[in-house]
Amino acid sequence: MIGGLFIYNHKGEVLISRVYRDDIGRNAVDAFRVNVIHARQQVRSPVTNIARTSFFHVKRSNIWLAAVTKQNVNAAMVFEFLYKMCDVMTAYFGKISEENIKNNFVLIYELLDEILDFGYPQNSETGALKTFITQQGIKSQTKEEQSQITSQVTGQIGWRREGIKYRRNELFLDVLESVNLLMSPQGQVLSAHVSGRVVMKSYLSGMPECKFGMNDKIVIDKQGKGGTTDDTVKSGKQSIAIDDCTFHQCVRLSKFDSERSISFIPPDGEYELMRYRTTKDIILPFRVIPLVREVGRTKLEVKVVIKSNFKPSLLAQKIEVRIPTPLNTSGVQVICMKGKAKYKASENAIVWKIKRMAGMKESQISAEIELLPTNDKKKWARPPISMNFEVPFAPSGLKVRYLKVFEPKLNYSDHDVIKWVRYIGRSGIYETRC
Amino acid sequence: MPAVSKGDGMRGLAVFISDIRNCKSKEAEIKRINKELANIRSKFKGDKALDGYSKKKYVCKLLFIFLLGHDIDFGHMEAVNLLSSNKYTEKQIGYLFISVLVNSNSELIRLINNAIKNDLSSRNPTFMCLALHCIANVGSREMAEAFAGEIPRILVAGDTMDSVKQSAALCLLRLYKTSPDLVLMGEWTSRVVHLLNDQHMGVVTAAISLITCLSQKNPDEFKTCVSLAVSRLSRIVSSASTDLQDYTYYFVPAPWLSCKLLRLLQCYPPPEDGAVKGRLVECLETILNKAQEPPKSKKVQHSNAKNAILFEAISLIIHYDSEPNLLVRACNQLGQFLQHRETNLRYLALESMCTLASSEFSHEAVKTHIETVINALKTERDVSVRQRAADLLYAMCDRSNAKQIVAEMLSYLETADYSIREEMVLKVAILAEKYAVDYSWYVDTILNLIRIAGDYVSEEVWYRVIQIVINRDDVQGYAAKTVFEALQAPACHENMVKVGGYILGEFGNLIAGDPRSSPLVQFNLLHSKFHLCSVPTRALLLSAYIKFINLFPETKSTIQEVLRSDSQIRNSDVELQQRAVEYLKLSSIASTDVLATVLEEMPPFPERESSILAKLKKKKGPGAVSVNELEEGKREGELNGGGERGDNSGISASNASTPSPSADLLGLRTVPPVSAAAPSAGSLLVDVFSEAGVNDDGFLRDMEPPTESSDSLLAEGSGDSDSAPPSAVSEDPAPPLPESNELLNKFVCKNNGVLFENQLLQIGIKSEYRQNLGRMYLFYGNKTSVQFVTFTTTVTCPGELQSQLNVQTKIVEPLIEGGAQVQQVINIECLTDFLDAPLLNIKFRYGGALQNLTLKLPVTINKFFQPTEMASHDFFQRWKQLSQPQQEAQKIFKANHAMDTEVLKAKLLGLGMALLENVDPNPENFVCAGVIQTKAQQVGSLLRLEPNAQAQMYRLTLRSSKDTVSQRLCELLAEQF
Repeated sequence: MIGGLFIYNHKGEVLISRVYRDDIGRNAVDAFRVNVIHARQQVRSPVTNIARTSFFHVKRSNIWLAAVTKQNVNAAMVFEFLYKMCDVMTAYFGKISEENIKNNFVLIYELLDEILDFGYPQNSETGALKTFITQQGIKSQTKEEQSQITSQVTGQIGWRREGIKYRRNELFLDVLESVNLLMSPQGQVLSAHVSGRVVMKSYLSGMPECKFGMNDKIVIDKQGKGGTTDDTVKSGKQSIAIDDCTFHQCVRLSKFDSERSISFIPPDGEYELMRYRTTKDIILPFRVIPLVREVGRTKLEVKVVIKSNFKPSLLAQKIEVRIPTPLNTSGVQVICMKGKAKYKASENAIVWKIKRMAGMKESQISAEIELLPTNDKKKWARPPISMNFEVPFAPSGLKVRYLKVFEPKLNYSDHDVIKWVRYIGRSGIYETRC
Repeated sequence: MPAVSKGDGMRGLAVFISDIRNCKSKEAEIKRINKELANIRSKFKGDKALDGYSKKKYVCKLLFIFLLGHDIDFGHMEAVNLLSSNKYTEKQIGYLFISVLVNSNSELIRLINNAIKNDLSSRNPTFMCLALHCIANVGSREMAEAFAGEIPRILVAGDTMDSVKQSAALCLLRLYKTSPDLVLMGEWTSRVVHLLNDQHMGVVTAAISLITCLSQKNPDEFKTCVSLAVSRLSRIVSSASTDLQDYTYYFVPAPWLSCKLLRLLQCYPPPEDGAVKGRLVECLETILNKAQEPPKSKKVQHSNAKNAILFEAISLIIHYDSEPNLLVRACNQLGQFLQHRETNLRYLALESMCTLASSEFSHEAVKTHIETVINALKTERDVSVRQRAADLLYAMCDRSNAKQIVAEMLSYLETADYSIREEMVLKVAILAEKYAVDYSWYVDTILNLIRIAGDYVSEEVWYRVIQIVINRDDVQGYAAKTVFEALQAPACHENMVKVGGYILGEFGNLIAGDPRSSPLVQFNLLHSKFHLCSVPTRALLLSAYIKFINLFPETKSTIQEVLRSDSQIRNSDVELQQRAVEYLKLSSIASTDVLATVLEEMPPFPERESSILAKLKKKKGPGAVSVNELEEGKREGELNGGGERGDNSGISASNASTPSPSADLLGLRTVPPVSAAAPSAGSLLVDVFSEAGVNDDGFLRDMEPPTESSDSLLAEGSGDSDSAPPSAVSEDPAPPLPESNELLNKFVCKNNGVLFENQLLQIGIKSEYRQNLGRMYLFYGNKTSVQFVTFTTTVTCPGELQSQLNVQTKIVEPLIEGGAQVQQVINIECLTDFLDAPLLNIKFRYGGALQNLTLKLPVTINKFFQPTEMASHDFFQRWKQLSQPQQEAQKIFKANHAMDTEVLKAKLLGLGMALLENVDPNPENFVCAGVIQTKAQQVGSLLRLEPNAQAQMYRLTLRSSKDTVSQRLCELLAEQF
């Protein structure tokens, strides 16, 4: 189990130090700083073993979070906890920064006491935590309130308290996907996958029972078997194959295993309902066509064409193409038809930004790169051209089919709930070799 | 540095550096650097030429970026350009960049060398210094090639400035260290030596470093420096503290120069010239006197400088080792330091005293400090100082104080630091052995040692104690008693159990008279430790048990019971199991006589260098002993160890069947498995043999199945020797061994193998024949650990063989070291056909006894066969031609071996004739043809072999143009099938 938890700033100074077990001494703090933060070579492994002590770390901007243990713990569990811890802190005071951590250190210690007990992770649901760990001054709670909190935290549904009331029952559903791609210069897909999340914001009264449906292949096929064959053919085209998925703790897994239906009592506020990954039939929103020509030893000509590959009615946003330049670049001239392009010496790349671009369009940039002859015989490694964008659809093809809400005790029905659904596809690592 | 002119501040660089310092993260830093690099690249690329200042600035930035750990792959050209600038700062930055970033890029090196050359020939001393520093900093071979001739000239030129001379001397030293072959002093030598007389102390200091280094290589050429150095030294020593002004350091005149002078003198023997020597002794006395004076300053620098000179002087005195007076004074001075409160001084004093102790003049003087040193060993806080104290105690030990020192070291061992324990143990063991007056004290000491620091007692130590106990009759009883008492402790170390098991097994009878240590009590005591021990120890204990059976027949039933128990006889460890089974059988089958012979008391070990000493030397590293000496000692140990294993085979009963490494009680298990330098005897012989096995594998396996592995070889050897010991002790050649005819037959169809083997000697053979000539290699392997002396071999051709065979032998060396192997070449020429085989007589002395044995050399007529291929038709025509009755020889005989066609074929081929296929109408039969080549004539021979599988009989027919040949061949071959 986790023996201790430390938070460092970028200089390696300790901001938060909480030791849960005796086998972790104060010197562990220094060991991590010396061997990881200040290591001569950048440490890329998230798990470091120093003197039979394991350090698991995640980095949020300039802040290092490290969990320490001497035991053989489940590393996935530790990382899940660290991520959760980041979420909780974000929910309480916004961005994780040195400033914020310093300002809220009492709160953080309070949180750490609650979500980790003798190194065992406890309830880390923000909604539940917020009922008894508050940033307001000490507000003495009544006996009933206290007992209510106790019964809720220790009860079966620890993530939702009873007696929530809203005038308007509203529900926001976001499908957020990031699409990753590696393509050869000839346009052959070398690897591609989409990792997606379904994030929900619910403002519902009472203890509603929800049911979520999407075009998962297995579910559709199952239903198709029961229904007409015609139906199967029609829906089979649109269904997607999900490689693996994980759910929020509120989802009844037994029901999912038996019926493949996702039913749950949602927490109040924002949470992540599920996470999934697909690798088949991905819609690649952009195609990058690079053309690099070396003209002698001191000149390089680069031409890059990007083509958008989705419905013309949709608009992609925040498009950014990053064309790496050789390390001995001494000057760059860029011409582009659309957007703005600039040579950024500090990043060794030409960055081309386009604000908006409709589907089925094409745009082009050409650059002349002047090189300084060096006495280094190493050839330029030609790193891939990468791209960033945001599109208003799900590249995996996922569709939300329904989200039903039942609240038997209160007098509102599924139709009274206002539901909002939004799809956002972003680029993950979207690269084309040149 | 010349005054910084306006604008030399390089604001851009300062801004850049402060930007980098302000970066919050590594990423930010990399970004800033990338930006700067791009900027510099565009500046260097730019069309308009850069002025010197900005060039310097950018090169400086590049240098800074490089020092931060980033790769720089451009800017070299700009740096080289800076070299030709006239401004000091620009030149300086250029040289700096090149010394830091130069890589052996040919074109650039040429440019750089050019620039350096220009600077060297300029009259500007600062530029010359810069160039010299650059050469020294780079110090590459190319630099040495280009400037090794130039620099000595600058060094000795009369008009060179002093500062340049200093730089030149140090630069030359650096070049000499990297490529000594290129720096040839030759003509400059005497002028360089005379730099010692230079007015400027800095030049002298620099020159003396160079001279020290050079004189280590060619001491004779620089011999003249001794008198110069002495006079220089005496001038410094006798000067008042204010005379040397700049070179006086905290009231000590020129301490660095003095140290270097003293160190230079240590490269040479004491000066022969009386006047010089007198002056030097005077200097040394003055230095020693000065040490007694009250310090002129309380500052630590003052005493450090003074002591530095003093210690150098003392090591010079020790180096000369010829002035008893000075040595004793030095010793007394060091004695004072032993109690100094400065730890470093105590350490240095102990270290110097160690070397002093080995001098005959000062040994007694060192001994007077024994109490102080013992005290240091006990109370010193720093482990390295304690280590030195232990070293010194070891060095000052002699017969008079051995008991005290060993006792002190033993008592210290209980609290000693873990890192030095093993070394301490070795030292105690060596001292105890070296200075032991009575051996009971020695045994006590070593047993104490094992009790106190059992884990650190290496194998060698307890091997040694056993060797000594076995070789000394007077101490055996005492040893047995002491060991018995020591074993009664509830928890004793495994090494103690090993020693106990061995000694009680050998000499338990000496204390069996006492009812308190009756045989059964002894056995029960040993057996109570059995289960707590590791496998090798248990194996040793089992051997001890079987020896008990011999010593005390009354314990037989008890011990047999133990051996019979499942935990022994069915032990999962094969060694233990085998021992148990063998010992059980041995004890139940063998008569008491046999038991007494097999389990006789160990014979004394041959005296040899203590293996412990070798181990200590090894631990100390080659610094303490010359590598050669060490290796020699080691090899000797190995050979002896390897040999002894064979020697003891009769005693350690299990050896008779398997000489496994854990079986040998004294064989050094640390010996690497047959190193190339010192192979053990057995393995080489086996090598020869296995090669033979490859050549005619089918044969080997069929004809002599038991000679496949080394183990069984040994077994066979020892078995043979029991029945027929080669003990004909006379000066005349012994008659051929009875089995030599058999041995001869073994080699009719093969050329390589083991000719003979007994307990002492193994003879391997390898031979090759062409036409009427043959060459035979004999390998004599000494299987024992003792050398064979007056080893002679003679080959004789009895009777008429003399005229038939011409045999030439090369003389072998008369000495074969234990475990070694020698080779002898014999050339044979066949003059005409012959019947008998030449005799090989071997004589040597083994441990005083003359060994004499005679063997038949496996030279038979068929060795000179030349195969002849012929068709069926030809064959029968020849066959008919040789139809006279005396030309034919026929024999019908029973098969001795299985009738395998392939084996038969292989044998016939080995005979040397051509095996003719598809000639005989009956495919079962074999026919062969060949011509025997002798010098006088050629004898054609035909052979026909008809096997009868049903009757297991053969009919062999031979026809040849000469009747004697047919007869002889027939006789030879009849034995083969």
